[in-house]
Amino acid sequence: MTEPLVQIHKLTKHFRLGIRDTVHAVDDVSFDIRPKEIVGLVGESGSGKSTLGKTIIGLHAKTAGSVTFAGRRLPFRFSTSHFRKFANRMQMIFQDPYSSLNPRMTVGEIIAEGPKLLGTKGRVKIKHETREWLERVGLNADHVSRYPHEFSGGQRQRIGIARALILEPDFVICDEPISALDVSVQAQVINLLGELKDSLGLTLLFIAHDLSMVRYVSDRIAVMYLGSLIELGPADEVFFNPKHPYTQVLIGSNPEPDPKFERSRTFTKIQGEIPSPVNIKPGCRFASRCPKVMDVCRKKAPELRNIAANGKERLVACYLYEDE
Amino acid sequence: MTANSLLQVSNLHVEFTTYGGIVHAVRGADFHVERGETLAIVGESGCGKSVAVQSVLGLIPIPPGRITQGEAILDGHQILGHQTIEGKDIRGNRVGMIFQDPMTSLNPTMTIGNQIAEPLKLHRKMSGAQAKKRAIELLEMTKIPEAAKRASQYPFEFSGGMLQRAMIAMAIACEPDLLIADEPTTALDVTIQAQILELIKDLQQEVGMGLILITHDLGVVAGVADRVVVMYAGEILESGTADEIFFAPSHPYTLGLLSAMPTNRRDVVQTLMPIPGSPPDLFSPPEGCGYAARCPQAMEACVANRPTQFTVSDSHFSKCWLHHEACEHRVLEVQQV
Ligand SMILES: Nc1ncnc2c1ncn2[C@@H]1O[C@H](COP(=O)(O)OP(=O)(O)OP(=O)(O)O)[C@@H](O)[C@H]1O
Ligand SMILES: Nc1ncnc2c1ncn2[C@@H]1O[C@H](COP(=O)(O)OP(=O)(O)O)[C@@H](O)[C@H]1O
Ligand code: SF4
Ligand code: SF4
Ligand SMILES: [Mg+2]
Ligand SMILES: [Mg+2]
Repeated sequence: MTEPLVQIHKLTKHFRLGIRDTVHAVDDVSFDIRPKEIVGLVGESGSGKSTLGKTIIGLHAKTAGSVTFAGRRLPFRFSTSHFRKFANRMQMIFQDPYSSLNPRMTVGEIIAEGPKLLGTKGRVKIKHETREWLERVGLNADHVSRYPHEFSGGQRQRIGIARALILEPDFVICDEPISALDVSVQAQVINLLGELKDSLGLTLLFIAHDLSMVRYVSDRIAVMYLGSLIELGPADEVFFNPKHPYTQVLIGSNPEPDPKFERSRTFTKIQGEIPSPVNIKPGCRFASRCPKVMDVCRKKAPELRNIAANGKERLVACYLYEDE
Repeated sequence: MTANSLLQVSNLHVEFTTYGGIVHAVRGADFHVERGETLAIVGESGCGKSVAVQSVLGLIPIPPGRITQGEAILDGHQILGHQTIEGKDIRGNRVGMIFQDPMTSLNPTMTIGNQIAEPLKLHRKMSGAQAKKRAIELLEMTKIPEAAKRASQYPFEFSGGMLQRAMIAMAIACEPDLLIADEPTTALDVTIQAQILELIKDLQQEVGMGLILITHDLGVVAGVADRVVVMYAGEILESGTADEIFFAPSHPYTLGLLSAMPTNRRDVVQTLMPIPGSPPDLFSPPEGCGYAARCPQAMEACVANRPTQFTVSDSHFSKCWLHHEACEHRVLEVQQV
């Protein structure tokens, strides 16, 4: 098996709220991302997806745990020089194409900002590459002097992609890159990401809540619930044969654009909503809503274990699959 | 359409005057809802879904808004420009409404129970005690646990999904004939969305009301709609039963939307087909077919001539020149797998 590009080991990110309260945004998450693969990360809002992404690339200092990138341990807390050092290795594309671009900068300035800060390329070369990237993401090179508000949501997301990829990173975290876009435009952005991934050999962590889209783009799917990683496996395995009771409910709730399928759907209903991540109780985090909860579940959190035989990978954190 | 549809909207035109010019938000929309039926209005952001429905109920600001043409008949009564039918309020009484953001209809300084009781006192002339009792029953109907306790809480004490339930309780309090739900689950997670949609479906059957569901999510449409109208750039381009729209789409735009979405069939490798470009500017809408600039099947005639409505079946209509008998081409068929 090839060496992973990113190794996330027992990564934890807590936020302190006042003196007594702690938000367990990400708790003890471990998994690997292999070179040139796309890992989809799903989970309900507030489950910690964005925080995990930001902690991996150093936008948040870690509370505990480590991230190893291309065999090198990343710093616990990033300084400005660390960001500069890793800018051409790791990048993040953000959810909101409206607020993530500075409205007072031209599109050319936005895209060229990264390479200028890095200072490894001359001005003429940067200018040339900026125009090249605009074309590459399906915009017009002559758009360099326009401002973000002159573009539609889908076009702005392309600008965000150009801004991240002009730095030629190996690894890109896309945090809900299509959630704010209309259906017809989502497919434009997804196909563009797919083409660029193939031509540049990118490795992607693709965060989204649209399960069908995640299945479409990903090689493997990781599922988070309340700060914990609860299931991970090949995309179709997780989608068509979910193991964790929460993943089962999540996929059972995913609307399909197919009335016949919807009419025959049998509902696995769960009660209630995702609990607060403040001061989490011991035990399985899904216990308060799990239709299959047992006594043991409330005592100690189940660990993420491989339940597949013959060298395959199927990671699940649930007592239903222990002692098999 | 039947002679006595619950709601019948014809040839609706709505404009807004803005500093950038006049926005032609709705450009000739026809739709109807029957009693007990669910009609979904789908389309991309800004295509006029909310304005089409809100203008009928007098919910758009006038000015800058203006209904320039059209007719809307609710249960036999002309309602455009009217707030009441035979002296009784339409909104909150004959027609209930739920929105994407519950806080647009909830008052943050009033308990949930009192807010639900309010329309009952107003429209149903219930006493305070009666209305309060009914409010708790309604919260129970929307499956809010510990309804009596919850009734005395304020909106900030409710989660997003619970607020949506409370708003539904308020909307159905007066047993409306028609419920309008504008993106009721767009802000919610899928598991909560599934709960809320189930709830709306159950209540609709229990109460027998007509439902207009406005959404951009074709997955949600497939799960709840009897009939569907597809809007684009202020027009209704196609309408039909849910099965007709999903399994025999007869407009290139509907086909384009469906081909741009992932579906989950095991062992089928799908390639998403994006629709190039973006919707037209409604300040100066296209003269001919609104979809011509993006349509892979566009013909010369489409650019200058606005398509008329063609009948595909008794329940299925499409505004596309490909259905004209003189046209040699046909709407491409769905790639059935
Ligand atoms: N008060 C207003 N003033 C000016 N223009 C308006 C106003 N309300 C709506 N519009 C315009 O009318 C058009 C249709 O808007 P509408 O809100 O109906 O879209 P929609 O289909 O409901 O979109 P969404 O899915 O984003 O809710 C848009 O171009 C919008 O900008
Ligand atoms: N800077 C912060 N300070 C305090 N709490 C935060 C901060 N960022 C995120 N959180 C909390 O951490 C949890 C996970 O958030 P997030 O990673 O944004 O979730 P997701 O991206 O899955 O929706 C949430 O409860 C959120 O409110
Ligand atoms: S560990 Fe227990 S509570 Fe948690 S998901 Fe499994 S069965 Fe449910
Ligand atoms: S009328 Fe012409 S442009 Fe419009 S949808 Fe039909 S074929 Fe396409
Ligand atoms: Mg997020
Ligand atoms: Mg709307």
